[in-house]
Amino acid sequence: MLDDLDRRILRHLQADPTLGAADLAERCRMTQATCWRRVEKMQESGVIQGQETVMNWQALGYAVEVSLRITLDKTQARAFDDFLTAARDVPEVLEIQTFLGRVDVRLSVIARDMPHYQELYRTRILTLPHIADIEALMHIARVKSDEVLPL
Amino acid sequence: MIELDATDRKILRILAKDATQSASAIGRRLDMSQPAVWRRIKRLQESGVIAGRRLRLDADKLGFGVTVFLGVKLARKGQVSLEDFERAVGAIPEVQTVEHVLGLYDYRLRVVARDLSDFERVLRRRIMTLPGAGDVEANVLLSEERRPGPIG
Repeated sequence: MLDDLDRRILRHLQADPTLGAADLAERCRMTQATCWRRVEKMQESGVIQGQETVMNWQALGYAVEVSLRITLDKTQARAFDDFLTAARDVPEVLEIQTFLGRVDVRLSVIARDMPHYQELYRTRILTLPHIADIEALMHIARVKSDEVLPL
Repeated sequence: MIELDATDRKILRILAKDATQSASAIGRRLDMSQPAVWRRIKRLQESGVIAGRRLRLDADKLGFGVTVFLGVKLARKGQVSLEDFERAVGAIPEVQTVEHVLGLYDYRLRVVARDLSDFERVLRRRIMTLPGAGDVEANVLLSEERRPGPIG
């Protein structure tokens, strides 16, 4: 089980994952050895899974981001499996989420511009299997994106 | 906007999965020198392609069993200030991401909670009381995967 000191470490690491062992220990007001032992323990138990790079796709020329909310034809027994397998083959799909609710699956799709998006939508998205309905939300701005857990 | 060559893409693919990989470790994998890799990573950072790092935590193990995506429609548009709404929603600790979108909803929120009754508390006390919040649709997250994107 995690205690308050572990939570303190995670709070600081979430705020700045690039912190080195010495800086992290200082901010958490612990010795470096204690702090690092706790970090390693949380890595071993899988609480800390790793660190991923946050990519800015706009800097690579992908100006359009669309959230596609998809309802599947659930009369098909393999609807979810077939759809997810095919969606993984589309390079422009950044996120695949499944839901309990009005929407079954959501895809986050990026494109260079609107003509590129239109082409992707027609040739790669609408051709995915077992789609019953699609709604699109066009992304305008990210107001908050740190994905920090409230520890 | 910068152009990437095949080597940049390889480096990005490695870093996308594990941001802690050092330039020398990547160099060994790609048969390149540490300074050559480091120069490329620096260029990717300076051009903004690498925007930062995110710590990946197991939310379940930390007691957050439920993630819900909310579509929020603002009521009485024109009378509420978007800035007021954004400031208030961004300050809710359980709200992890806020996206301004165009379509059926005005905002898309990612919310974590300990369980469904905890989510109900966040929804009633924090979300429904936001200035201008109207229609809200909730979808409970079952599974999620992040893809590498078009760097392959």
